[in-house]
Amino acid sequence: MKDRIHPKIRCENVWKVFGHGAENIVSNWEQYKTMNKVERLEKTGCVVGTRSATFEVAPGKIFCLMGLSGSGKSTLLRCINRLHEPSFGKVFIDDQEITSLNPQEMRTVRREKTGMVFQHFALLPHRRLIDNAAFGLEVQGLDKKTREQKACEALELVGLKGWEKSYPYELSGGMQQRVGLARALATNPEILLMDEAFSALDPLIKRQMQDEFVKLIKKVKKTILFVTHDLHEALRIANHIAIMKDGAIVQQGTPAQIVLNPAKGYVEEFVKDLPKTKFITARDIMQKPDMWVMPVGSTSEELLNKMNKNNLRYAFLVDENQQIKCTVDYFSLRSSNGSSISIADIPKDQLSPYYPLITVSGNTFLESLLNKAADTKVPIVVTDSQGRIEGVISRETMLVSLQSA
Amino acid sequence: MDFPVRIPIGSWVEKIVIWLTENFSGVFDSIKSVVEFILVQLDTFFVWVPWPVALIGLTIIGWTVAGRKVAIITAFCLFGLGSMDLWTIGMSTMALVATAVFISVLVGLPLGIMAAKSPRFDMFLRPVLDGMQTIPSFVYLIPAIMFFGIGNVPGIIATVIFALPPMVRLTSLGIQQVDQEVIEAGVAFGCTPMQLLLKIQLPLSIPSIMTGVNQTVMMALSMVVVAAMIGAGGLGSKILYSIQRIDLGVGIESGLAILFIAVVLDRILQGITHKQQKAIMKQK
Repeated sequence: MKDRIHPKIRCENVWKVFGHGAENIVSNWEQYKTMNKVERLEKTGCVVGTRSATFEVAPGKIFCLMGLSGSGKSTLLRCINRLHEPSFGKVFIDDQEITSLNPQEMRTVRREKTGMVFQHFALLPHRRLIDNAAFGLEVQGLDKKTREQKACEALELVGLKGWEKSYPYELSGGMQQRVGLARALATNPEILLMDEAFSALDPLIKRQMQDEFVKLIKKVKKTILFVTHDLHEALRIANHIAIMKDGAIVQQGTPAQIVLNPAKGYVEEFVKDLPKTKFITARDIMQKPDMWVMPVGSTSEELLNKMNKNNLRYAFLVDENQQIKCTVDYFSLRSSNGSSISIADIPKDQLSPYYPLITVSGNTFLESLLNKAADTKVPIVVTDSQGRIEGVISRETMLVSLQSA
Repeated sequence: MDFPVRIPIGSWVEKIVIWLTENFSGVFDSIKSVVEFILVQLDTFFVWVPWPVALIGLTIIGWTVAGRKVAIITAFCLFGLGSMDLWTIGMSTMALVATAVFISVLVGLPLGIMAAKSPRFDMFLRPVLDGMQTIPSFVYLIPAIMFFGIGNVPGIIATVIFALPPMVRLTSLGIQQVDQEVIEAGVAFGCTPMQLLLKIQLPLSIPSIMTGVNQTVMMALSMVVVAAMIGAGGLGSKILYSIQRIDLGVGIESGLAILFIAVVLDRILQGITHKQQKAIMKQK
C-alpha cells in the first residue's frame, strides 16, 4: 500500500536512562553494550530502562509490549505519556511530537488523548466508584452532572452498573480493575495505555477479563498499547506484539509471526513450549490457490496436465467470481477419459462425494483445522467473507506446520 | 588549658535580636494582635460554654468517633476537671493550647507540603526542626519576651515553636507515603500539580496529618507550665504558683487537670485518625 494509514502512536529510537549522564550512555552505547546491569550501574551510576525502541501502533489496533520484569516495557509505556521523560528519541501521537510539548500542552494530551490503566488499579480509596470513574473528567473541569453521567456510562460499559455508590475496598480485584478501565474510558480517549492491567488478577478472572476486554474494545474502538509479562495474554489479545529484553525490542510482529518464526535465542526460548496449534491461523499457513484452481470449462486434458505437473490428487474448478464449483479427483477424471469437460459433464462421483469439500475462514486456528482435516482427503479451502477462494491448505502443508509447532 | 578562640555567638545573636526588635516592632506587634485576637475569641467561647453542655457535647463526640469506651473516659475526665473546681481555668488552658495548635497547623501544613515536594527544602528544614525540638524551651522564651513582651502571646509563640516540628514532619511523611502508582494515575489523567495535591496527596495523607495534629496537641499541653513562666495564664500559672509556694495540693490538682484534658483530646483525635485511616486502608 502506497499511502499507508498514519500510525496512532510512533516511537523513534526512544531511550530512557535513569540517573545522571544519560546522554553519555546513549551516544557511547557501543562502549557500554557489553557490560551487564550491575557493572554499568557501578561505572556510570545509570540504569538503562529502555533503549532504541522504535515501533508504530496503527489506529484501532492492540499492540502488546511483552517481556519479563525489568525488560523496560513499563518504562517504555510511561515514555508515551511522559510519566517518564524519554532521555533520547521522539514519541509521536497522531503525528504530533509528544516529546517537544510543554507541561501545559502535555496535560491536554493526557486529559484528552490518552487513558491509562494500572497494574494495582491505583484507585482512590476515599472515593466512591462513580467519583473514581469520573476522576479524569473532574480534572478536566467538567461540571458535576455531566461527569457523573459519563462516569455512569463508563461503569455500565465495564459491567458495574449498580455499584456506583460503593467504595473500592468493597470490591474484588477483578472488579476494581474494571473501575480502573472505566476511569480510563470515561474521558473517551483515543488511546489506552495499559500497564500489566490484568497481571494482578487470579488466572480465571484474568482470562475472563481478557475476553471481555477484547469484546469491549471492538465496541469502543480504541488504539491500545498493552504491557504484559504473559506471552499467552499477549497472543490472546494483541494484533501486534513487540518482545523486549534488557530494554530493547528484540522482535516484533503479529502473534503468528512470533510463534512461527521466533527470532533466534531469547524469543525462541520463550515460544518453545507454546501449544502453537492454538495461535496459528489458516491464513498463516495457506498456500496461494493458483496451483489448485482451473476455470470452469477447462478440458479434462488441461486439468490432467496441470494436476500431473503439480503432482496433485485434487483440484478445484472455479467460476469467474472465484467461487468453487466442484472438486476434481485425478483418478476418477483419468478413468472417465472424456475429452472436454464442464460442470455438467463431470459425473457425480468425480465431485468426490465421499470427501466433502471443507471451507474455512482465514482466522480459523490450526487446532480446529486439524479436526476438520480428519473428515476429508480433499485439501481444505480458505475462503473470504464472500466465499471467494483465498488459499488452499493441503494435508502436507498442515503436517509441515505441525512439525514446526 | 585554654581554648584558642572564643566565638561570641551569644552576643551576635543578641545583637541580631535587638536589631530585629528595634526595626521590626510593627511586624511583631501585628503578629501579637492577631494571636491575641484568636486567643481571646477561643477563650471567650470555651469559658462561655456552660460545663454540662461541654461535658455532654464532648462525650457524644467521643462516642461517635471512637465508641463507648472513649465516651466514658471523656465524661469521667471532664467531670474530674470540674469537680476540682478547675473548669474555668482548664478552659483557658484549652484556649491557649487550641490557639497554639491552630497556628502550628496553619504554619506546619504548608511547610510539610513544601518539604515533601522539594528535597532541598527538606534538607534545609530538617536541622531547623531538630533544633526547635531539642534546644530547651527556656532558651527561646528570652527572645519571645523581647519580641512580644510578657503575657499569653509569647507563651503561645514559644509553644508553637516547640509543637510545630511533628506537624511538619508527619505532613511531609504522609505525602511522601502516598502510593506512587496512585500519583502516576493522577498525572496520567492530566492533573496539575495543585490538583494532584488537593485531590490525591492531601486526602490520602490525612491519617498521618491527624497523627501530627495529635502530637502537636500533646506537645502544646506539655508546654503550658513553661509558657506560664513568661506570663501565660491557665493551669500552667497555677502549677507555677504551687511550685513557688510549695503547695502540693494545688500542684497535684492542676497536674491532674492537665492530664484529664490531655486524655480527652488525645482519645478524640486518635478516634478521628483511626476513622480516616480505616476509610483509606480498607483498600486491601
